[in-house]
Amino acid sequence: MAWVDIGALDDVPVRGARKLKTALGCVAVFRTDDAEVFAASNTCPHKGGPLVEGIVHGQSVTCPLHNWVFDLNTGQAKGEDGQISTYPVRVEAGRILIDGTALSARSAA
Amino acid sequence: MSKQKLVVIGAGMASGRVLEHLTDAAPDAFDITLFNAEPRGNYNRIMLSPVLAGDQTYADIVTHDEAWYAERGIATRFGEKVLEIDREAKVVVGENGHVPYDKLIFGTGSNPFMIPLPGHDLEGVIAYRDLEDTERMMGLTAGQKCVVIGGGLLGLEAAAGMAARGVAVTVVHIMGHLMERQLDEAAGYLLRKSLEDKGITIKLQANSKEIVGENGKVRALMLDDGTELPCDLLVMAVGIRPNVALAQAAGLAVGKGIHVDDQLCTSDEEIFAVGECVEHLGAIFGLVAPLYDQAKVLAQTLLGEEAAFVQKSLSTKLKVTGCDLFSAGDFADGEGREDVVFRDPSRGVYKRLVIEDNKLVGAVMYGDTADGSWFFGLIRDGTDIEEMRETLIFGPAYQGGDTADPLSAVAALPLDAEICGCNGVCKGTIVEAIEGGAGDLGSVRASTKASASCGTCTGLVEQLLQVTLGDAFEMPAAQPVCGCTDHTHEDVRRLIKTMPLKSQEAVWQELGWNTRNGCHVCRPAINFYLLADWPLDYQDDPQSRFINERKHANIQKDGTFSVVPRMWGGITNPRELRAIADAADKYNVPTVKVTGGQRIDLLGVKGEDLPAIWSDLNKAGLVSGHAYSKGLRTVKTCVGTDHCRFGTQDSTGLGIKLEQALWGSWTPHKVKLGVSGCPRNCAEATCKDVGIICVDSGYQVGVAGAAGMDVKETERLIDVATEAEAIDVTVAFVQLYRENAKYLDRPYKWVAKVGLDWVKERIEDLDERARLIEAFELSQSIYRKDPWAEHAAEKAERYQPLADLTLEAAE
Ligand code: SRM
Ligand SMILES: Cc1cc2nc3c(=O)[nH]c(=O)nc-3n(C[C@H](O)[C@H](O)[C@H](O)COP(=O)(O)OP(=O)(O)OC[C@H]3O[C@@H](n4cnc5c(N)ncnc54)[C@H](O)[C@@H]3O)c2cc1C
Ligand code: SF4
Ligand code: FES
Repeated sequence: MAWVDIGALDDVPVRGARKLKTALGCVAVFRTDDAEVFAASNTCPHKGGPLVEGIVHGQSVTCPLHNWVFDLNTGQAKGEDGQISTYPVRVEAGRILIDGTALSARSAA
Repeated sequence: MSKQKLVVIGAGMASGRVLEHLTDAAPDAFDITLFNAEPRGNYNRIMLSPVLAGDQTYADIVTHDEAWYAERGIATRFGEKVLEIDREAKVVVGENGHVPYDKLIFGTGSNPFMIPLPGHDLEGVIAYRDLEDTERMMGLTAGQKCVVIGGGLLGLEAAAGMAARGVAVTVVHIMGHLMERQLDEAAGYLLRKSLEDKGITIKLQANSKEIVGENGKVRALMLDDGTELPCDLLVMAVGIRPNVALAQAAGLAVGKGIHVDDQLCTSDEEIFAVGECVEHLGAIFGLVAPLYDQAKVLAQTLLGEEAAFVQKSLSTKLKVTGCDLFSAGDFADGEGREDVVFRDPSRGVYKRLVIEDNKLVGAVMYGDTADGSWFFGLIRDGTDIEEMRETLIFGPAYQGGDTADPLSAVAALPLDAEICGCNGVCKGTIVEAIEGGAGDLGSVRASTKASASCGTCTGLVEQLLQVTLGDAFEMPAAQPVCGCTDHTHEDVRRLIKTMPLKSQEAVWQELGWNTRNGCHVCRPAINFYLLADWPLDYQDDPQSRFINERKHANIQKDGTFSVVPRMWGGITNPRELRAIADAADKYNVPTVKVTGGQRIDLLGVKGEDLPAIWSDLNKAGLVSGHAYSKGLRTVKTCVGTDHCRFGTQDSTGLGIKLEQALWGSWTPHKVKLGVSGCPRNCAEATCKDVGIICVDSGYQVGVAGAAGMDVKETERLIDVATEAEAIDVTVAFVQLYRENAKYLDRPYKWVAKVGLDWVKERIEDLDERARLIEAFELSQSIYRKDPWAEHAAEKAERYQPLADLTLEAAE
């Protein structure tokens, strides 16, 4: 793993999200609690809704376009046939780190 | 064999444990010398808090007294700091002389971290670490003031201890909830409530700026926003740093703490370290449980036995009477985790378990922590909980299956809580009536008038029937807000007013939400109810809003946004039109459309461009049209007396005045108005939420029209003679709607539920009308402003990506 610093924890509101541009396309970085973050593909498999704009609740996000709900741990849509990729992220000393190899591994594959 | 010389630096809780183990197992193995910078031996540091609170005395918490050291032949050098280690010569240099060693132990603990704020070195600024600090706090007398910086374990114990002595304490904490490292928001909310009940003032999300002094002594803490908190003593409890200076000077390997291996051996094989001063596999320590494990391993190592220190999960409790909390394991961050939440509002209980791969990995509890150690055991042992998953949260005693009681919140209400707002009937009156024989809704209505008017409190009256009569009353099935709760919208609205509840955390806890923080269905509703009822106390939460309202623009199916500036009453001018045209050019807006609401829509604007296009439009005086909000949308007007040969009144002018009075306000669903200058009705006023038809004798105010999924003509609310009255009546109607309707009911749906007669009665009652207008104005003092200007000035950053990794990849 190669942890890449992508910003301060406080740059993402609690129960909110911010967009991260990557070579793979946009990734949404979610903050579900004071020190709890997740990262996943920003694109809803239903009709491409931007998940970064969704309402974040528990450890889930609801797509802003037609309300599909995704579990951020697994990327699985609840009660729907669909899944988004998730990426390892962690918080260290108030900074958010994302696993850079996971982001490039998939583009190589 | 001659005895080995063992020197110990620091008589703390960790090294004290080492000495106990060592001298118990092998009383004669070592010649021991013990240094301590504090002028005393080992005492139970964690019990300083009960000493501060007056529950214990220093004598009660001494672990090792003079006799103990003497019995074990330990030479003590208390009040003497070690200044230096000479590893070549194997000598420790103390303030009063040298001592040679064969084996050396560091037990130097940690230093409290002091934020280097201006003024941090003033007299009266202290930390909370040792007996001296505790005595300083105990020196404060009732009525004196203290500020504590830090809402973690230590800060809160200090605050509670002083508050118990009558000191006026304010806790300043930078995060959004207390003890954020051990607790989640819900438990943090309950903790805050208990501490406030003890008279402690809590300031969250508060940034300290400067410590203000007078004659070299602390006088106040100044916050970022300029607030001054006067104090006689300021306690900083913001964290600790391992005390490594001595080890570092001696050339030992040091990171955050003194590096040790599984045997607690440092980079020098004759030197060991134990306690808060060490770093083991990247971790440092701040609680005694792991330190005691370390102490045991170190004693065994020194005696030549095999032993290895292993890090385990930790649990935390707070030693403040009446604040019963427990937190263990890891309840944040991670893949594949699932939450189980239980709340019992009437007992103030909250429990949350975190499960991963059929194992319990974390637990947070407040109010009832009796099962804490059982859960902690499951976490430590990694027990497979699949079998008991359903009932796990009820603890070991209860593996039968219980559910949170939806009646709990109503049962817990005091007797003077108002249930029926229309008729001012409180719980006690209703319960009395039920006990006196009113056995169903109809009889309660007849005897008390409760729920006899608008009827929105019906659900609560039924719950009281059930609470009072038990199974003798059969509850009609009601539609809850969502899966997070059993309460209906009406119940929640009423309880927010009655209990009163002023934060989302309070609603979740007191009404027994079964999720951590709601979902996309209830959060926007609760956010609206709170801001409608408590405009001054509650702060709007953007994270609880649908994207359109969070970003003040309508999201399109391709993820771009539309921008609709306000055109007051449908009137515009060349300057505004030019600004719109310029903006369309500058931001490559693909579609410009005239809307059905008499204004212009710029469709297809990129999210990143929003703040910029807004600030361009602002410069021409254009503000947000709220085309995205559950709030005032448009006021359609016709040309009226200004130009039309049939016009009876200034319909355009009235429309503009109404729009200026109502804009920015949040409502349960969107609100659209129309004002037509005569009954020909060119502004289509008769299908609006409020539609005014001007006639020769004045104004006919109609409400509850619809022209969306349902089509319905407005119903006449009232006829008034003057323009001022027409505005008053409209404002009062909108406020009545804000106070009472269910979230996402348009006015026509709400009026159908409460009845037009009830609405008329309220609006015709001049005292009530005045009250409604005043309440609306109070709320508008906060919300009547342009969100575009505010976001462009203060939040523009949030509209940009957090980071752009494509740039780095290209390098
Ligand atoms: C832009 C506009 C159409 C147009 O090009 O003219 C429009 C566009 C949308 N309307 Fe509308 N409505 C527009 C006038 C109307 C009107 C006519 C009017 O206001 O005189 C109506 C019927 C009157 C009414 O409100 O009842 C109307 C009834 C609806 C409804 C049904 C409401 C209902 O209670 O039945 C919805 C759905 C909803 O709100 O839940 C809706 C929802 C929408 C949404 C917000 C759909 C959505 O959720 O994304 C559309 C947003 C498009 C966008 O991204 O900008 N729109 N919509 C009009 C904007 C008016 C404005 O200046 O603000
Ligand atoms: C008020 C308070 C409440 C707490 N409550 C809890 C709790 O509820 N639960 C829990 O698990 N933990 C609690 N803790 C934390 C716990 O007390 C510490 O983890 C523990 O005391 C650390 O033990 P230690 O031996 O590493 O260090 P210490 O106990 O700090 O001992 C270190 C000693 O080394 C001495 N020293 C340092 N440098 C030198 C030198 N150069 N020469 C000579 N002597 C030196 C110091 O004077 C000090 O006496 C609390 C702490 C405080 C302050
Ligand atoms: S009528 Fe339907 S498609 Fe047209 S703008 Fe309104 S909601 Fe969208
Ligand atoms: S695009 Fe996400 S739910 Fe339809």
